[in-house]
Amino acid sequence: MGEATVSPSVAALRTRFGGAILRHQVSCGDTIVYVPAARAHEILAWLKDDPGQRFNYLTDITAVEYRDAERPLEVVWQLRSLARKADLRLKVELDKTAPLVVDSVFDLWKGADWLEREVFDMFGISFTGHPDLRRILMWETYAEGFPLRKDFPLRGHFSRAEQTRQALAANPEAHYSLEELSIAAAYDELPADMKDRLAHGERGRVK
Amino acid sequence: MSTRTLEVSLGTATLDPLGNVITAPLGVQLPAYPAPQDDLGGEHMLINIGPQHPATHGVLRLVVELDGETVIRVVPHIGYLHSGFEKLGEYRHYNQIIPLTDRTDYLSPMANNVCLALAAEKLMGITITERCAVLRVIACEMSRIISHIVWLGTTGIDLGAFTPFLWSFYQRERIYNLQEAWTGARLTTSMTRIGGLMADIPDGFETGLRDFCRTFPKVLQEVDTMFTRNAIWCGRTQGVGPLSAEDAINYSLSGPMLRASGVDYDVRKDRPYLGYETYDFDVPVGEHGDIYDRYRVRLEEMTQSTRILEQALDRLERLRGAPINVADPRLILPPKSRAMSDMEAMIFHFKQVMEGVRAPVGEAYLGVENPKGELGYYFVSDGSAKPVRWRIRPPSFLNLAVLPKLCEGVLLSDVIAINASIDIVMGEIDR
Repeated sequence: MGEATVSPSVAALRTRFGGAILRHQVSCGDTIVYVPAARAHEILAWLKDDPGQRFNYLTDITAVEYRDAERPLEVVWQLRSLARKADLRLKVELDKTAPLVVDSVFDLWKGADWLEREVFDMFGISFTGHPDLRRILMWETYAEGFPLRKDFPLRGHFSRAEQTRQALAANPEAHYSLEELSIAAAYDELPADMKDRLAHGERGRVK
Repeated sequence: MSTRTLEVSLGTATLDPLGNVITAPLGVQLPAYPAPQDDLGGEHMLINIGPQHPATHGVLRLVVELDGETVIRVVPHIGYLHSGFEKLGEYRHYNQIIPLTDRTDYLSPMANNVCLALAAEKLMGITITERCAVLRVIACEMSRIISHIVWLGTTGIDLGAFTPFLWSFYQRERIYNLQEAWTGARLTTSMTRIGGLMADIPDGFETGLRDFCRTFPKVLQEVDTMFTRNAIWCGRTQGVGPLSAEDAINYSLSGPMLRASGVDYDVRKDRPYLGYETYDFDVPVGEHGDIYDRYRVRLEEMTQSTRILEQALDRLERLRGAPINVADPRLILPPKSRAMSDMEAMIFHFKQVMEGVRAPVGEAYLGVENPKGELGYYFVSDGSAKPVRWRIRPPSFLNLAVLPKLCEGVLLSDVIAINASIDIVMGEIDR
């Protein structure tokens, strides 16, 4: 793919943010821009609101982990401008040895709510500023880790026997999360030991 | 170049001169509801709907906080059908992922197959044959019709109308018969391959599909007569669960949910694939973003799909006997007879089955207009025959995320109607 297919937004981003645009590349006709994690929110907000960019539609948020363990984790935002019929992919690289944290874009796009929850659930990446960052596809008491990470075996960390034991020992009351119990104002009526269990561990806080 | 309809001309006036939504012309003025705290003492009630409830269209669980019969808050819980498809995809060759896509949006399996093949072909830089593109368009539009028609039937049931369910499932059966003749399966079709198709259409398929295209619009007219001006239907749907265009975009909605809110965005028009820009069809767009407009948009989309099918059938006649697969033995399996008799063909067969098709290093995202919305597949490749990452951008997942907003302040029975209007399929949401 030649330089000719690079999205014109890259030049505008370089003019506006200079060194914060780490590098860009074109793959299969799609332009990918790498930015530092600390600046991602600011750059995404600019792309959304700048009259020349108008990337008003958040197509997707996801993450990528490579088989090569040396390579960093990537968080990927797929942006689209409905009016300009243009696409742009923004990426942030996260060092696996440091805490996996990026800023939430929930304040820009409400659609980010469940997408960020899914990335948190599957990769263990936290989004600062997300109002309700809980597991979404796995249950709240899931303790095996983050399924889409490469160090997660296809069949899970626990043996089948352990998985069965945990399923049978599951407390059906735990299916009502703390949040739901509180919206019904029923939390105060719970027995003290259950409150204690809800506060520790059983709400899916892995580690 | 085809024209685009900017708005559906609504059969019923839904706004009065002041801009207020007119609800059903039932002729009965209901008294205002008494304040709920009168009999409940201000206590809110928590109700659990699902995961095994027929009105949740699968295994969706809704926790609803009620003040009397008014919904204060809805908390959806998903994941009961999680199968780890994205993880499984990382352990499979590109062609082996196709059966997984059947099982995500199981109401339109052929459209998913097409999307996967297109995404992998974008990654590998393959151009498919003309006949293959036309057949894939036929597969996509057949899927759109069966998906929308199941939506129509089940939503009718959710709102208390049983008759359209029988009509729609009869029509769905006709498409299923054609699908079965083509792919050998009603649901697990797996009909595409990277660079082509699993099989060409069988004898009699074109006649059968033409017959369907001729008679199906009559059924749509019957549905239109039954519903569009029906007082009960209008009362249950007009002005219920409305969403503005800005919100629809902000919530990343797609498909009929987005268009019903007045955003004329259709991937087939705006980012054409499979030569959709050469077909003559219109994109229906609603005005109010309520359940009624979603119904109108889907009904019209079925008519437009029939138009596309007819055009595609005309093109097929011109392309009779043309190849469906690219002429690349590294991609396409040789015929079994050749693999058994010809050494070279056998080697290619062996390499493909054992090693799979290698993709170059890179990544590709491709979105298609599925019946539920924009389905996108995002592949990241490290040069091996298995993707590093296979991401599904599930339209139902993003469309369902707006449910709590739509349900604020409605009545409990409207939650069922709004949930039905989103047209979710849990296989795709939970993946």
